[in-house]
Amino acid sequence: MSGTIEVKPAPPAPAAARVVRSARRPGRGRRPVRRRRTEAWRSLRRHWQLYLLVLIPLAYFVIFKYIPISNAVIAFKNYSPIKGPWGSDWVGFKNFELFFANPVFWTLLKNTFILAAYTVLASFPIPIILAIALNEIRNGLFKRTVQLVTYAPYFISTVVVVSMTILVLSPRIGFVDDAIGLFGIPAVDFLGDPNYFRHIYVWSDVWQTTGYSAVIYMAALAGIDPALHESAKIDGASRIRRILHVDLPGIMPTAVIILVLGVGNIMAIGFEKVFLLQNPLNLAQSEIIATYVYKTGLLNADFSMATAVGLFNSVINLFLLLAVNFAAKRITGNGLWS
Amino acid sequence: MTTTTIAETRGDRIFLIGVKTMLWITLILVLIPLIYVVANSFSSASAVSAGRVFLWPVEPSLRAYQEALSDPQILKGYYNSLIYAVGGTLISVTLTIAIAYPLSRRRFFGRNVIMSLLLFTMLFSGGLIPTYLVVQDLGMLNTRWAMVIPSAIGVWQVIIARTFFRSTIPDDLYEAAVLDGASDLRFLWSVVLPLSKPVIAVIALMYAIFQWNTYFDALIYLKDPGLYPLQIVLRNILILNSTTGSASDVAQQLERQQLANVLKYALIVISSLPVLLIYPLIARHFTKGVMVGAVKG
Repeated sequence: MSGTIEVKPAPPAPAAARVVRSARRPGRGRRPVRRRRTEAWRSLRRHWQLYLLVLIPLAYFVIFKYIPISNAVIAFKNYSPIKGPWGSDWVGFKNFELFFANPVFWTLLKNTFILAAYTVLASFPIPIILAIALNEIRNGLFKRTVQLVTYAPYFISTVVVVSMTILVLSPRIGFVDDAIGLFGIPAVDFLGDPNYFRHIYVWSDVWQTTGYSAVIYMAALAGIDPALHESAKIDGASRIRRILHVDLPGIMPTAVIILVLGVGNIMAIGFEKVFLLQNPLNLAQSEIIATYVYKTGLLNADFSMATAVGLFNSVINLFLLLAVNFAAKRITGNGLWS
Repeated sequence: MTTTTIAETRGDRIFLIGVKTMLWITLILVLIPLIYVVANSFSSASAVSAGRVFLWPVEPSLRAYQEALSDPQILKGYYNSLIYAVGGTLISVTLTIAIAYPLSRRRFFGRNVIMSLLLFTMLFSGGLIPTYLVVQDLGMLNTRWAMVIPSAIGVWQVIIARTFFRSTIPDDLYEAAVLDGASDLRFLWSVVLPLSKPVIAVIALMYAIFQWNTYFDALIYLKDPGLYPLQIVLRNILILNSTTGSASDVAQQLERQQLANVLKYALIVISSLPVLLIYPLIARHFTKGVMVGAVKG
């Protein structure tokens, strides 16, 4: 991630890491290993307080992040609460086979993928446009107001955003129906029709997160060398030209990383909001993997199946992230973990 | 030469007008739903139910607020959410600093391994049920602990704190403190923490707002309505339409139903107010926090 979003002067590259890495270089015999070991001892003796400090947070990560990963073996077992995750009987890939054979599988996959892809497509370019537009106008009250107001919805809870969406779209009391009524369109029950679900989800998301997402691009724009703009101006470049040839290349590394994260996490689309917007009428398009896992696991208590579905999703997502990152690095030279 | 300059300036001027128009439209689009909610919350029940309110209260009334603020369920939710936000933030900030500070020290052997362990959890997780099993085994189900412990440390916040420590606490300072006989903990407590107030404030607010706004952990770990945070109470009233109180006759029932609609708007305002009031004060720091985190080490 070198030279990407450096707003502050980046902290000097970890010197110690470099030492360690050079110590690993082959052809140096076994001495480095011994040296590493003594280094570790010295560090432990000298800074035992720091190790003590790290102990509880580390235990947190082991207990709440790594034990669940090991608990995920129940995807390959017939989980019994009495025998526990490791004591239950193995069933191999039975849960996965059952899931793939289930007609609901393709619907879930399709719903999850389309919803997430639509979200990324809509919420990737809009913050960039907002940031560039804000960057074009003078610093002043108007600019500060737009920033403050567009940023605000990010701090509203999902429950509230969803209920606002429902109220605004409701055929009787909401204003959206009145608005489209002006154009002679009859009232629509937006939440009762599965075909509207994706649009509602995505555009309420854009409403909530655009201002927040624009912040990071504003930072990247602020980091562009003003000399580039000056010389472009002297060469007679118009505002549009300077946006295209100075601003856009300047925020490219940032944009690539955000896109990689977005596309890479496509299968990990959040449970919270989808679940709240769901109702029996729009289920055909609103049932996604995350909500299915919740229902099978916690409502129907089929722990093994729910874990298998969740694991399938996590693995796909991990591969997707790695693949997209690889492709991005190949094409643009930017990616996570440089 | 001069003509081209003038022509371009005019083009630029038109472009700038276009940009400003776009920003005005954005501003209005974001504001309308917010103003709409506030206007409705201050209107009379019948006006709201008839859909007669847009951006200005109709037949102004505070009835919905009186109703909301006298509902025991809502008050209890507010109280619980305050506990979770304050308690959770204390625990989260303490644990985050406890791991971020050692990770920021160059001489801390094994910090790369620990950092990789943390970063991996951002890429891959065991999933809902395996985590639920852990919480269950610890006996945390249906207790207040389930709200603050399972999501105590955010890797993102650790990165923000670590980056801050690394870039603002010079090594010389530590060397000097050691010469004066200070231990690692003493140095952290008396030198690092006082110098790190801005970043502590940022991560504390991040955790507090997250706790205030989240409902997922409560949905899966809590069964006792007495422990429900505000967001779950809101979900029950706003989305599942479970009305509070009961009515005896038809007229009263109609009134209750109408009141339920205004009540929703008032609830939205009441629950979002604390966060929206403090947010302009902290927005700048929040932005800085996001950027510090972006400078990944």
